[in-house]
Amino acid sequence: MSEEMVTVNMTVNGENVTKTIPVRTHLVDFVRTELGFTGSHLGCEHGVCGACSVRVDGDVVRGCLMLAAQAEGSEVVTIEGISDSGEISDLQDKFVERNALQCGFCTPGMLMTAAELLAQKTEMSREDIREFMSGNYCRCTGYHAIVDAIESVNNSRLKG
Amino acid sequence: MGFIHPYERPNSYIGRTLPRSRAMRAVAGRGRYTDDITLPRTLHAAFVRSPYAHAKILNIETAAAKAADGVKLVMTGAELAEMCTGPWVGTLTVFDKMKAEPQYPMAVDRACWHGEAVVMVVAETRAQAEDAGELVTIDYEELPVVIRKEKAILPDSPVIHPNLGDNIAWEKTLGTGDVDKAFAEADHVLEETFEFGRHTAVSLEPRIVLADYDPGTEHLTIHTSSQCPHMIETVFARTLGVPEHKVRIIAPDVGGSFGLKIHTFGDEVAATAAAIKLARPVKFVADRLESFVSDIHARENRVHAKIGVMNDGTLVAAEIDDLSGVGAYSQFPRTSVFEANQILHITFGPYKHKNYRAKATVAYLNAVPTSQYRAVGHPIGITVAEHMMDWAADVTGLDPFDIRRKNVMEDDSYPQIIGSGLPMKDLSHQACLEKLFGLMNYEELRAEQAEFRKKGIYRGIGLASFIKGTAPSPVGFYGAGGARIAAQDATTVKLEPAGGVIVALGVTDQGQGVDTVMEQIAAAAIGCSMDMVRAISGDTDATPYGGGTYASRATAIGGEATYQAALDLRREILHMAGILLQTDAEELDIVDGNVVDFGSTEARIPLSEIGRIGHFQLGELPNDYQPILSHTRRYRLQDSPYIYTNGIHGAYVEVDVDTGWIKHLKHWVVEDCGRIINPQLADEQIRGGCVQGLGGALYEHCIYDDAGQLQNGTMADYVTPMAYEMPDIEVGHVETPTSESELGAKGAGESGTGAAPGVMMNAVNDAIKGLTSGRVTEQPIAPEVVLKALGKI
Ligand code: FES
Ligand code: FES
Repeated sequence: MSEEMVTVNMTVNGENVTKTIPVRTHLVDFVRTELGFTGSHLGCEHGVCGACSVRVDGDVVRGCLMLAAQAEGSEVVTIEGISDSGEISDLQDKFVERNALQCGFCTPGMLMTAAELLAQKTEMSREDIREFMSGNYCRCTGYHAIVDAIESVNNSRLKG
Repeated sequence: MGFIHPYERPNSYIGRTLPRSRAMRAVAGRGRYTDDITLPRTLHAAFVRSPYAHAKILNIETAAAKAADGVKLVMTGAELAEMCTGPWVGTLTVFDKMKAEPQYPMAVDRACWHGEAVVMVVAETRAQAEDAGELVTIDYEELPVVIRKEKAILPDSPVIHPNLGDNIAWEKTLGTGDVDKAFAEADHVLEETFEFGRHTAVSLEPRIVLADYDPGTEHLTIHTSSQCPHMIETVFARTLGVPEHKVRIIAPDVGGSFGLKIHTFGDEVAATAAAIKLARPVKFVADRLESFVSDIHARENRVHAKIGVMNDGTLVAAEIDDLSGVGAYSQFPRTSVFEANQILHITFGPYKHKNYRAKATVAYLNAVPTSQYRAVGHPIGITVAEHMMDWAADVTGLDPFDIRRKNVMEDDSYPQIIGSGLPMKDLSHQACLEKLFGLMNYEELRAEQAEFRKKGIYRGIGLASFIKGTAPSPVGFYGAGGARIAAQDATTVKLEPAGGVIVALGVTDQGQGVDTVMEQIAAAAIGCSMDMVRAISGDTDATPYGGGTYASRATAIGGEATYQAALDLRREILHMAGILLQTDAEELDIVDGNVVDFGSTEARIPLSEIGRIGHFQLGELPNDYQPILSHTRRYRLQDSPYIYTNGIHGAYVEVDVDTGWIKHLKHWVVEDCGRIINPQLADEQIRGGCVQGLGGALYEHCIYDDAGQLQNGTMADYVTPMAYEMPDIEVGHVETPTSESELGAKGAGESGTGAAPGVMMNAVNDAIKGLTSGRVTEQPIAPEVVLKALGKI
């Protein structure tokens, strides 16, 4: 049985890409192995851990639950993209300063999700942050430092 | 003039919070984990695993798989065994009369657990390898399954490994004093049985190897997510018959490990064998589903405990009987009996009673092999002892703080020998306890709890004191037990020509911040700025042989090696500067990367000049002096088996008495890890460790049915803690430097995990006190466990 192929076209981190890939390729495998954006990680490959979170047309999705072919014509942004654009540099700096990561494997997904939360630009309690971030597993930090970092960035962004 | 310890200098890097360079890289998505690395012509391995817990392999049909698209190799366990120098036997000589069945990396003629690897398929892509795996047909004959430890030890149980005679891996009894007499004289004797569910590490990055063999040079290079590269080098070399000095292990960024990645796994050896056979790089990543059935499990224990207490709350005797359910084999090379052994040794460890008896029975089961997971044994022993202490407080009318105040070993009483025979020194139970009392605002918290109770809201306060064995010595288990696992560690510190310093470590960094901590130690010891120092770890070609990072040893053992090596380099620099400056080296010092006159900050010669002259212009030095600008020091504990640490946790929870749901409101830890190098990193070790312990206490459970099938091997079904359920964790420290080393650091990485389950159980029981005569004695404390204790189901 030979592999069924498909040609996909999309924008990834601002650049147009066209590739012919096996139909069954997941979006996260596509960006990792075809494009070399290895910042998105695979922690479970069944939609639970959030390590594979990427942005597709403005929404954070699980890259392991979406086929690359489903992103046809879409705009995809990975951790590399939002790092290069400087969109979350305050959050990244705070994560480092607060040591809100240890092994760093969850971190790209965590930052994608946190960026979405912070984009709400609203007052939020630590409970609110904890609840919103609950789709992203971290096995190292115990979450406290992650909540600290997000809370502090939100406070300073709200102050403007 | 004199020597000032680097940690005593003003603004020392030792004791300072500094950011980690690895963190800066990771937040940009630029971490480099093994799966991010692909070598030219890399192939991918996938495994066909046993669907049965125990079955004879009658026939394996691989022709269709071999003919499938992209397939380069199909290898059975028997074929792999032929490439191995022999089977593994997971025993250590220190575990007297321990029995273990020899084990090959994949099942040969019998599968002994659900998930054991039976056939490997290697193909151009992982998807092709998995597709071809489905074309492999294996005929099995099912064998009787032994899955309940209580039954496994009965004389009429089927025996998993007939050569061993029965399913008992090891039995051990230890103790001191006259326990029976003490029980007879005690005012109260309390007895209880505790159940601890099996769980597993769930590092977010699964296990992975990328093996590459060069038939020309006969070098084997393995990139792997490992805590112990040198141990992996030794085990893989010896298993596959490759000379050890021709093997290089590279551990790039490691995505969490927690003890999981100190072990050797058969599927990883198989993928490496394929790389040798095919002379092409082979990658194997355990996917999450196979992780659950192949990563080591841990913690499955049933403990019966008994204590004797006087009316005034004095603990006079303690006894435990532990039944530990391990897996189908004893995990090589560390064995599967460590958990039970730790339980025997540390239970009731904070307390000064003189009568102790402890027995362990370790039973093989047709389940995933168990071994060492963060805080090995401690969560169990601590939960048992702390539950009994709280119960004793109840019975004698004491507050939980007061019964601990009464019974903990006094801070000025060391050295001491505890009931299990372990020597203790440099501990601070009393100081930690009083600090926690203040941090928790304990009296107000009790008042608040009482107010809530009046409103029908059930809150509970828990405490759990602990000792934790860190940084094992070679006289304990590994070295003395015959395993080729280093308990020493080594660091090379060298001065580069431009004045930079390289610190090459035997210990490794999985995100704890080991590299940064070692840079801090070296910079402080030499007297240069942090940005002049770079640590290298996780590459056996570039670092001195060491044990790696396990058992909270990196800073305690590797840190001392780094400290001493850096001090050697400092002495050499001063000696050389003395010659160049024609000044007595004793009159010189190094500050901010410059050699200065002692007491001054004015540069007389910078390290860059020392580097330049030392590497290029040796003619400026006398003929009889060859400066040594690279120093290696090794360090090991001498007479103590471990560096013990201590501390105490506090927890505040709310229990919904209708649903059994537990809301964890707040967690506190005060611990003593000796001299702290980087306070923030120490705190975060404690916090992360706590949540891991709480996972086991509340949610995590590998559930087997009677046929030995793992019932919940997905991340959706096996629940680990998420942000919402976890509380803020306040951390405090008491710093009693260990007298074992000059630096004085002890381990910190497991002190969160060890006592978190115990404090959670105590808090829950405090919340339901008075509503029921039942108590929670089982983990994970699922809602139904609470409802059972409440007598509602
Ligand atoms: S890898 Fe996609 S959610 Fe875990
Ligand atoms: S930092 Fe390791 S999983 Fe979050």
